[in-house]
Amino acid sequence: MAKPGKNQLSKAKQSPNPRRTFLRKSILTTLSAVLGAEIVHAATMPKGYVPVIFSQEPDPMKGKSPEMIVRSDRPWNVEARPHQLDDAVTPFEHIFIRNNGLIPENIDAANWTLTIGGESVNQEKTYRLADLKKNFKPYTYRLVLECGGNGRAGFYPPTAGNQWEEGAVFCSEWTGVRLRDVLQDVGIKSDAVYIGYYGVDKHLNGDASKPVISRGVPIAKAMQEETLLAWSLNGQDIPLAHGYPLRLVCGGWPASTSGKWVNKLVVRNKEHDGAKMTGDSYRVPKKPVAPGDTVPDEDMAIIESMPVKSLITFPKTGAMFSRSKKLNVRGHAWAGEFEVTEVQVSVDFGATWKTCALKKAANRLAWQQWSTELSFSQPGYYEIWAKATDSQGISQPMVIPGWNPKGYLNNACHRIAVKVS
Amino acid sequence: MERNPKTNRPLPNPDTQQLFKGLLLGTAGLVLVVLVLLGTVAFLTLYEGSSDSVETADIESKLNNEPFSGEVVDGKDVVTGLVVGEGFEIVRTTCTGCHSSAIILQNRFTREGWKEKIVWMQQTQGLWDLGENEPAILDYLAAHYAPEAPKGRRMPLKDIEWYELEN
Repeated sequence: MAKPGKNQLSKAKQSPNPRRTFLRKSILTTLSAVLGAEIVHAATMPKGYVPVIFSQEPDPMKGKSPEMIVRSDRPWNVEARPHQLDDAVTPFEHIFIRNNGLIPENIDAANWTLTIGGESVNQEKTYRLADLKKNFKPYTYRLVLECGGNGRAGFYPPTAGNQWEEGAVFCSEWTGVRLRDVLQDVGIKSDAVYIGYYGVDKHLNGDASKPVISRGVPIAKAMQEETLLAWSLNGQDIPLAHGYPLRLVCGGWPASTSGKWVNKLVVRNKEHDGAKMTGDSYRVPKKPVAPGDTVPDEDMAIIESMPVKSLITFPKTGAMFSRSKKLNVRGHAWAGEFEVTEVQVSVDFGATWKTCALKKAANRLAWQQWSTELSFSQPGYYEIWAKATDSQGISQPMVIPGWNPKGYLNNACHRIAVKVS
Repeated sequence: MERNPKTNRPLPNPDTQQLFKGLLLGTAGLVLVVLVLLGTVAFLTLYEGSSDSVETADIESKLNNEPFSGEVVDGKDVVTGLVVGEGFEIVRTTCTGCHSSAIILQNRFTREGWKEKIVWMQQTQGLWDLGENEPAILDYLAAHYAPEAPKGRRMPLKDIEWYELEN
């Protein structure tokens, strides 16, 4: 690719008179504060001035595979490519990152505390992280965390947000205490219906007083055995970008319910109304709508269990091989709160399907491994499509599922391209 | 006594002349300073549009003041990836102070859709009143980041990197 000259943008276009621009700059620098003029133009800003928001945010890509797709770097949003998710237990380097705000700095794990309060606790109680580790029994589970907006790129008309394709999902091993054990220790009232979390991440605009995101789950989900207050991921301290030193983990639900850097939980006597719980955040229409429809907030419902879905993690799309080869194909399937009962693949765009071998989940809410072997008698271009069905008999759609205003829950079949020679 | 040859009036003595010159210079200097200050105020008011209650220092801290490097490839600013064109500078400065340009690049909306995003940022994310920059920003976004027509419920796979499958 030819690189055009450095000054492709003509000087005249940038600023008609460099000297005047300089003067404007100097004058504004000294007087703008006094005069209260609205300054919203680049040319008015002094060179080398570093705004607060450019202060150092920890680099979450350290240790991540360079093949990961960075959707945004402020806030950091990064997804894996499907073939990077081949392991049954996703290693750190391939775990997607979803942030609404800035990753917190200078976490003091040794003095970390978790306060549990809200209307529906008998009395507020604060635990040191060390106390949680010492006083409650730890459990380890493999839990699928998938962004509610995973697959958003498939929707038309386009919907706002990170244009995730397939890789905003992972299944790693979390160790921590059961939230229900801690809630029982706190003592909760019979009117408790919801829990909400608060973390220490900072708002993008630097306003420290505003919670970036404060979501939660109904009390029934909070009381599930697999809902953890976790400090460990894959046997190590949770990496900073994923919630160090303490994360609420609610497998099978939109990953935004699994609050990172958690230092406070509230037990509510009503649906939690923290940041990104209300309006249209993490909500879908109660009734199906036409693509592009405007849906009033009161007609939207909070997403709970994520839908049935699967990924082809081997081979990587683009494989070329001879028709004498028997092709091993494999991947994972998951279904939110439910179990996956069948995975099928098709090499003829859904005209015929082949049922795959499917493993049981390591524990509830973990993804399940499927595999099969394919032969191709004719050379040519093929797409391999995978389709999972859950214990309710619900399958993945081959086309993009029902459009919704925020582009959530696209669980359309994953497919890869192969060429047979 | 010396006289002015033209008026035939007596000239003031040298001391008085010196004093007069000094006074004149001093006054002119003061007038100049006042004029410069007034001019600056007028300049700022007229050119930047003085605003009612915007917290200037606050906004300043949120703008992306990193200078535009000027390096453009395929019509896009190399640093931000934004299309360089009418309104680019305002968008770069205003938007990428708080968030990555990638958030713009990966989204596609109509002018109305982009306006909704601005309103949303103003209501929930602390974005300030964009004043006269708003139409310029919307024009830019609607021109370069508009929805593209879909070609099917599942479009053909694209950008496949073909490779020989070993083993």
